[in-house]
This record gives sequence, structure tokens and C-alpha cells, in this order.
Amino acid sequence: MRHDTRIAVGPVQFRIGSDWARPIAALNRLYASYPQDPERPADATVRLFAARPWRRWLRPSVQIGGDFTVPDALPLPLAMGLLAAEMGMNLQVALGWRRHLLLHASAVEKDGRAVILSGVSGSGKSTLAALLGETGWRLMSDEFTLIAPDSGDALAFPRAVSLKNEAIAEMAARVDPARLGPLLAGTPKGDIRHLIPRPDAIAAMHDPARPALILFPRFGGAAAAVEPMGEGEAFVRLTEASTNYTALGEAGFAALTRLVRETPAFALSYPDSATGLALVDRLWAEAGR
Amino acid sequence: MIDPAYRAAPADALRIEPLGELTAIFDRRSMQTHLVVPPVPEMLAAMAEDACDAAALAVRLAERFDLSVEGDARAVVAARLRELAAMGLVAPT
Repeated sequence: MRHDTRIAVGPVQFRIGSDWARPIAALNRLYASYPQDPERPADATVRLFAARPWRRWLRPSVQIGGDFTVPDALPLPLAMGLLAAEMGMNLQVALGWRRHLLLHASAVEKDGRAVILSGVSGSGKSTLAALLGETGWRLMSDEFTLIAPDSGDALAFPRAVSLKNEAIAEMAARVDPARLGPLLAGTPKGDIRHLIPRPDAIAAMHDPARPALILFPRFGGAAAAVEPMGEGEAFVRLTEASTNYTALGEAGFAALTRLVRETPAFALSYPDSATGLALVDRLWAEAGR
Repeated sequence: MIDPAYRAAPADALRIEPLGELTAIFDRRSMQTHLVVPPVPEMLAAMAEDACDAAALAVRLAERFDLSVEGDARAVVAARLRELAAMGLVAPT
């Protein structure tokens, strides 16, 4: 394609090609500090292309393609090309990755042990993970956490964090502005701004961590609540949160049964971020005993 | 009503992992995961390699768990066997 780049996030090497220079330049800025290995073959390919040749210039709109595609996906305006690139990267991993069990979950690490936060969009898992990543934890992932079938370890996938709506101001008040990407206003997911993880999180992106806690956060409600979750329910929820559980067959089954057996799980609801952070710290302290 | 006899899946076809109150069963033939609750795991264990009908299985379960075979035990076992057959974990002989 006319413009392209390579980006390594955790174990995944992406090749991203585009009909336009702008999305590639924006990606290169976000991922400038990530280790590069141009010799390594790509695991996943993303293509950002004009659905019709004239759409490169006339009301340019970005169609997302690659090894895997979603039929009838609507194109995005070129101003949201960075979002299109990120969506394409997520899609390729979600549909194509087979080497690890893929959980739609954030994760943070301390002392070699990981807290996995699983939840649907809007549960606040990304915001919690981003906040924890600024307060003494290593941010491993904001979107996908990978579980190695052989060791049971969690592997990091520290993409740029996709901050949405209220989380943008919350994080912008805490971090160096140089770590924030451009504001993408009025996307189909609301306002989005990317946060570059801290340099130590990027440098440690190949370091695995032992799962120590699985949390299912839910933002909202009047008061904080914590409920221990049984192995069976955690198993069911994580099969639903995995995009490749079925594809992995018995390896996925074995990895997930082991994960829920060895890792205590809790559902937690929290009315605000400060309460959410305090709950995670409390459960972490209890898990360490 | 005459209950059909069923045979459980071969032992090496299933991977059975108790997870608290649930039991997860991975069927290597279909690659499907089934989540079941008691008495299903106990029934599969009691069937072993033999073909048996609901009445015989109810007696076996009663012996194993020191229960008396009374009331609707046979009907409950028969209903669970039909469900297991629909999931492919047992097959009518």
C-alpha cells in the first residue's frame, strides 16, 4: 500500500498499510517508543483503504481490511483514521490470534503478579487499569490479556489505551500531555483519546505475570460492593469474554479451567474511580496474605 | 413407558473438570464445552462403560450414594439421560 508501518505490541507484530499518510503518521507517533523489529514477519495485517478510488480525496472515508474482516462494517471519516487503525488491529487479534487464550480484559502487574479486569465496554475496566498504571502498577493491557496455555501466565498487550468520554479529562489531569494522542471527537464510541503507556510498561511488555486476581468491575451504583465469585461462574464469564476460546479447543479449555481454579475472582461495583482503586488495593492486599 | 438404554461417551472422549458447583465437560469429538450440575457428573461416572437404562442407573446411583430408590428417581434420571443424549454425552444403544 502507499503508506505502511510495523508495530509490535506484546507478542503480536502488526503490519498496517494505508491509502493515506495521516493514520500512519498518527500511529507512528503513538507507538514511537515501542521496540521495533522490522525483520520480524507480521502476525497480523491491517489495511486502511478507500472503498472507491475517488474516496481517497473526495469526502475520504476509511474502510478497514486485513486478514480478517467484518462484513458490512461502515467506513470511518479520514479524521478518525487512527481509530480505524486501532479497530483494525483489535479485530485482527480478536479473530486471528491462536497462540494464547485471548481475554477481553485489562490487566495490571505488581511483583510479577497480575490483576485481570474483565468486563463489557462501559464497565470501567480500561479507566481503572489506566489509573492503576499511573499509581505503582505496570499497565499490561487495556483491551486484551493473553493467557499462555502452557504456563498459565498472563501476557501483556499494552496498546495505547483508548480513553473514552469522561476518562479523557480524568487521565489528562494526571499525565504529561506528550503521552496523549489527538482528540477524536464524536466517533461511534463517543470521544476518544489515546494514552501512551508509561515507558516502564512498554519496556516490560514481554514480561509475563502470574494471574493473582480476576476482577469483574461494574461502574455505577450508589455504593461499593464486592462479591466473591465461584470458579464455575468465573469460567462462564471468561468464556464469554474470550474471542478465541472455541477456536483453541482443548488447549483453551485447559487454560481457562486452570486460570479460574488457581485465581480468586470477585465481582465489584463502584460509584467512582477513587472507590474502584481502593477496592482493587484492598482485594490485592487480602490476596497477598 | 420403557426407557431406552444409553451408553456413556468413551472415557477418553471427555475431559471432565469440577469447578465448584458446576462441572465443565470438554467433548473432544465435538470440541464443545458443556457446563453441568449434579447429578449429571455422578450419572456419567456411574454409567462407566456399560449400557444401562434409567431404572438400572437409578439403582446404581442409590447404591453409590446410599439412597433409597423411591419416588420419581427413575423419572428424574430418565429426563437427565434424554438431556445428555441431546448434548451428545450419552448415546442410545
